Amino acid sequence: MLEVAVRHAFDGFSLDAAFRAPPGVTVLFGRSGSGKTTIVNAVAGLLIPDTGRVTSGDWTLLDTDAGVRLKPHERRLGYIFQEGRLFPHLTVKQNLDYGGWFAPKYAPREDLHKVVDLLGIGHLLDRRPGALSGGEKQRVAIGRALLSAPRLILADEPLAALDEARKAEILPYFERLRDEVNVPVLYVSHSASEVARLATTVVALDAGRVIAQGPASEILSDPAILPVGAREAGAVLTARIVRHHDDGLTELDAHGLTLLLPRVTTAIGAQLRVRIAAHDVILSRHRPEGLSALNILPGVVHEVRPGGGPGAIVALDTKAGRVLARITQRSAKALGLAPGEPIHAIVKSVSIAPADIGAGGAQGPSN
Amino acid sequence: MTDWLGPEEWRAVALSLQVSMWATLASLPFGIFIAYALARWHFPGKQVLNGLVHLPLILPPVVTGYLLLLLLGTRGPVGSILADWGIILAFRWTGAAVAAAVMAFPLMVRAIRLSIEAVDPKLEQASATLGASPVWVFLTVTLPMALPGIIAGAILAFAKAMGEFGATITFVSNIPGETRTIPSAIYAFLQVPGGEASAMKLVVVSVGVAMGALVLSEWIGRRVAARVGGA
Repeated sequence: MLEVAVRHAFDGFSLDAAFRAPPGVTVLFGRSGSGKTTIVNAVAGLLIPDTGRVTSGDWTLLDTDAGVRLKPHERRLGYIFQEGRLFPHLTVKQNLDYGGWFAPKYAPREDLHKVVDLLGIGHLLDRRPGALSGGEKQRVAIGRALLSAPRLILADEPLAALDEARKAEILPYFERLRDEVNVPVLYVSHSASEVARLATTVVALDAGRVIAQGPASEILSDPAILPVGAREAGAVLTARIVRHHDDGLTELDAHGLTLLLPRVTTAIGAQLRVRIAAHDVILSRHRPEGLSALNILPGVVHEVRPGGGPGAIVALDTKAGRVLARITQRSAKALGLAPGEPIHAIVKSVSIAPADIGAGGAQGPSN
Repeated sequence: MTDWLGPEEWRAVALSLQVSMWATLASLPFGIFIAYALARWHFPGKQVLNGLVHLPLILPPVVTGYLLLLLLGTRGPVGSILADWGIILAFRWTGAAVAAAVMAFPLMVRAIRLSIEAVDPKLEQASATLGASPVWVFLTVTLPMALPGIIAGAILAFAKAMGEFGATITFVSNIPGETRTIPSAIYAFLQVPGGEASAMKLVVVSVGVAMGALVLSEWIGRRVAARVGGA
């Protein structure tokens, strides 16, 4: 368990954040300028905060009260930077080996071949970083961090510098990292779909303060916590693949409810996480008939939370889990929505983007 | 080449090469250290150090040579201590190497400092997070990435040392076979009737060495840059 408490004042900005990161992927989630990177740099030792304490199990990295301030190279962390930061004068293979040169001999290490296979970078080993694409560089950067025998992996918006296609290329590797590699990950992001796909635990930040922390499914489906705004709100459901239909749809079972999604290439029986964006959900008091939308999830209203503008976020509990819907306050009033009222959530299959569907790890949000 | 150059001229060329090589190689570690300190560290007296390093560039060379004589002469504060250990610099070829090194030092430091400043500190941070101590960060990231500038600085210093005259002749005089480098020899030949032919040959050698050094530094710089650039 990583425990972090950091207090630091900049010009016109103060950070005062404390959180705990259990095993798995902990995502620091918030707008840019909310202090995410400062926290990660304090954990890495690249920034010494005014006061702070960072511990991992019984091992203290930083304790300003006790005068403990380990240097970055003494912390044994694998830091994946936004810009990759590969060493341009070394080959890919040498970049991957670099961290291993300095790791203590007794440290448990990942196997080079396993990591190279995991990341699909076997054909790049003899090249130099200057000859790699952005996505390839980032995969090598992940491998370099993994192979340094780290006790913790830090990732500071590792996908932010990539276009959508490259993001889609890298995200599965982080899912495999979460599911196949036994190193805790602290991951900074301001993207709701990245959080939905990767997070075991979410720490939501706003203006240098932690506004919520907990299991991803709880934080993402709580209408009170929308760290990046109502526009990005969306809940995450876990579901198991039941069958691939001939017409290009994949049928999933979400704790007894059926979901139909555009074809997912994962095998039958696999667990997936599906993020359902709040603005893609339509609400109906009665089970609608003669409707083109394929997914109808019956449930009851948990909470109606009016926003600052004309909108409102409705949280409803279904058998599949909590779902968020973003509707107008006028509609909420017309439907007479109130906690405990029965309701149906309607989701078009095609509105669920591939980027919002990811592998559901053993530590999926519903567990 | 030995046929073309007379024995006296050849001695001057060989001595110049020896003096410049030693001046460059012996001052290179100090040059890298000072350049790194000026590029990366903040410390009180940084501007004073910077000024001291650059002083030989702006002082008249004769003044630099005279200061070296005062400081490192056998009765000077530093020279007398060195003399107790059996190291005598004044009027020896080693003294010529010291004079050449001091005069070439600012050029060397400037080139290396620029190349160290061009190394992205973010890469050094990345190296530290991967477990490299500051010394290893320097050896595995900063030094190899600054290599083109270090080589360029060394070659520039070598070429400058080959041409050093004022400080050398003031500090170690103009003793044939001991301190008579190419510039001193050219000067000496021009003082005697019929010496122009010898002087001219040494002028050709000087131009050749200077041009060769420039071409070599460009070539090595490009090669290293291509490696670092990763293309």
